[in-house]
Amino acid sequence: MTFLIQQTLLYAVPLMIVALAGVFAERSGIINLALEGIMIFGAFVGVLFVRLMQGNPAIMGAFSAKQWVTLQGLELLAMLVAAVFGALFSLLLSFASVNLRADQTIGGTALNLMAPALVLFLVRIISNQNTLQMASGDAASWFMIKKTTLGFDRKADLGFLGNTLLHQVYLATYICIILFVVLSILLYKTKFGLRLRSCGENPQAADSLGINVYKMRYAGTTISGALAGMGGFVYALTTANCASTGDVAGFGFLALAVMIFGNWKPGNIAGAALIFGLFKCVAASYPSIDINGDGVYLLAELGISSHLYRMLPYIITLVVLAFTSKKSRAPKAEGIPYDKGQR
Amino acid sequence: MKQRHTLLEKDGAQSVVASLVSIVIGLLVGSILILVVGAFSANLGMASAWEGIRLVFFGIFSTGRNAAGALTWGFNPQSIGNMLFRATPLILTGLSVAVAFKTGLFNIGAPGQYLMSTMVTLAIALGIPADAMPKILLWLLAFLGGMLAGALWGCIPGLVKAFLNINEVLACIMTNWIAANLVTWFFDANKVFQNTVENTKSGYVYMTAYGKTMVDGAWTYVKGNGVQTAKLGLDKLFPGSQINAGILVAVLMAIGVYILMTKTTLGYELKACGSNRHAARYAGVNDKRNIVLSMAIAGALSGAGAALYYLSGNTEFFWSTYQSLPATGFNGIPVALLAANNPIAVIFTGIFMSMLNIVGLQLTNLTAYNEYITDVIISVIVYLSAFSLVIKMIISSRRKQKAAVEAAPAAPAAAPLSGTEAPPEPDRPEETDAVEEKGGERV
Repeated sequence: MTFLIQQTLLYAVPLMIVALAGVFAERSGIINLALEGIMIFGAFVGVLFVRLMQGNPAIMGAFSAKQWVTLQGLELLAMLVAAVFGALFSLLLSFASVNLRADQTIGGTALNLMAPALVLFLVRIISNQNTLQMASGDAASWFMIKKTTLGFDRKADLGFLGNTLLHQVYLATYICIILFVVLSILLYKTKFGLRLRSCGENPQAADSLGINVYKMRYAGTTISGALAGMGGFVYALTTANCASTGDVAGFGFLALAVMIFGNWKPGNIAGAALIFGLFKCVAASYPSIDINGDGVYLLAELGISSHLYRMLPYIITLVVLAFTSKKSRAPKAEGIPYDKGQR
Repeated sequence: MKQRHTLLEKDGAQSVVASLVSIVIGLLVGSILILVVGAFSANLGMASAWEGIRLVFFGIFSTGRNAAGALTWGFNPQSIGNMLFRATPLILTGLSVAVAFKTGLFNIGAPGQYLMSTMVTLAIALGIPADAMPKILLWLLAFLGGMLAGALWGCIPGLVKAFLNINEVLACIMTNWIAANLVTWFFDANKVFQNTVENTKSGYVYMTAYGKTMVDGAWTYVKGNGVQTAKLGLDKLFPGSQINAGILVAVLMAIGVYILMTKTTLGYELKACGSNRHAARYAGVNDKRNIVLSMAIAGALSGAGAALYYLSGNTEFFWSTYQSLPATGFNGIPVALLAANNPIAVIFTGIFMSMLNIVGLQLTNLTAYNEYITDVIISVIVYLSAFSLVIKMIISSRRKQKAAVEAAPAAPAAAPLSGTEAPPEPDRPEETDAVEEKGGERV
């Protein structure tokens, strides 16, 4: 059970944060199909940052001296760097779709093509292979929080909650959850959030009340880019052993599905991310999941192919789309370039 | 003077200019990237950067390196043949995206349709014993089966778009990933198709050149006994390359789509739906049927691309594809955008895209750079074409405004106005001349 919850969280958290990234862009009126591309780019930048920092003797010293605070700081810093570069990368999308009023779908597709190409080009030049890994060690030994990290004895039993939430976890997971909550409040309970959302529903009305639609759309897309970039790095760190390979296994598109399934609302998105994360987790490791610890591998005995679990999120999303399209809460003005002259 | 600038007023000429500008900017961005990487990397240096840049522009004419290590240039039949071979699926996915665009739909589902067709094509070509029927019939069956699979897969986004008004882009993304998992599942479950003869390869399906034949009372896969596309002597023309008659099929299909879109009632109705769905319905066009039909045609074209690629006999399919979608499907988007959705132009832009592909291979083989630079170039081109339509619109609306001003009854203000706007005009014809030169060089 502990394993199941932890694994599900590992998959669900990047999905959740990237789906929120999608919400920020769409609420401001820009369709961000480039989530996948920005994730790939963010993952690359984060991994490269960690790799470069590992070349610093002080950091290596901190690792061998087991100064966990420094290492967790490095992790946070890498997340920040990934977010900044994700935001910068997303400026390409906002520039095309806000200033040049381009087709947002095509612009997003362009970024989705550009990110893996650019990343693989650089990765191949840096490391002579298609994977960029950490310079030394692995993600678990560097960044994972364990019992011993927190000062407990190796054999200490922390109870169910303790074992689940404090042993073999990543700080990034919790930071993302906190960020998710804070940003949801920002989007729904503050003046800024209201203004941002108004630009996605009726930009003309927003403009008539003195809101700068262009600025708001830039803000929405940039926050979106930052979150997606960070989410990409968190994905690479927690599920891909801190390596960048020029793809995130379709997580960006899955996040898009989460966003639609969650009907563009943060609460539902968190739930949807957990469900889809569970599917991912089950697909990845169902033969070894023992749900209630009685030695019966129920999921393996069900004999359902892992391919079905991988496929389910997309099928469910398509079905949900089909049934809810009439009362969808999709922002009304998404995808439509704002033209001041148009009424 | 009036005569001279009418060329640019034509929609087609504007599209050509826009595409060529996108291509040139894309190539320049690629060159700059090579230059920057070369300048900052300790083991690459400027000399190799210069080689890389020359290869980006003229890689198709590269013949390798001579004994002294310098790049040599000339007619390279192998590169050109492979370029035409790889252009085959690109032309067809490009057509697929273009047909959907004409109906006002963005077919981002080409990768999924491509994959479904791959699955069905390979299953037919490898599943039916080679001596059960004439090979040409088997080839045709596999080809048509692939097209049908693509068409059916394309129908799904079309149906939900037409009847439930779901954004076709989202539906296509979902069906893409469903297809990716479905195909992996199929080949995972049907181990008979997995290549076990060449045991150096793992995770690949048999090439269709392998046929299922009765050997000593057991069905076995034997090389050189299966179906493959006829070469029609093209391999003599381009020795050492993978070329076959598939490219001719692709060209014929492009011409067919051109005729369909411009000369038939169906094509007219499809375009009417694309221009304004509601107006078309008002005029008595069955818009729902046309949307589904358009996606089905688009899917069939993508499917044909996959079928021709994998039926060539010497291409392998890596079946564990659930984590990534085939690039050929996505590259149909730039092919269609560059061609401004003109089916005939798609032939040339498809060949151009596959030329970039070959250039990438040359870069990997001959320099320390790698093929991904060409994907960067392609993505830049897509990015630019996202707003090239907008720029074109701005150009033409400005012209219309000006025309309106000039056409206004000889008001005293009109004369100075046209006088002030005259100077920029001589530039424009020159621009077209330059562009035509470049166009000639490319083709």
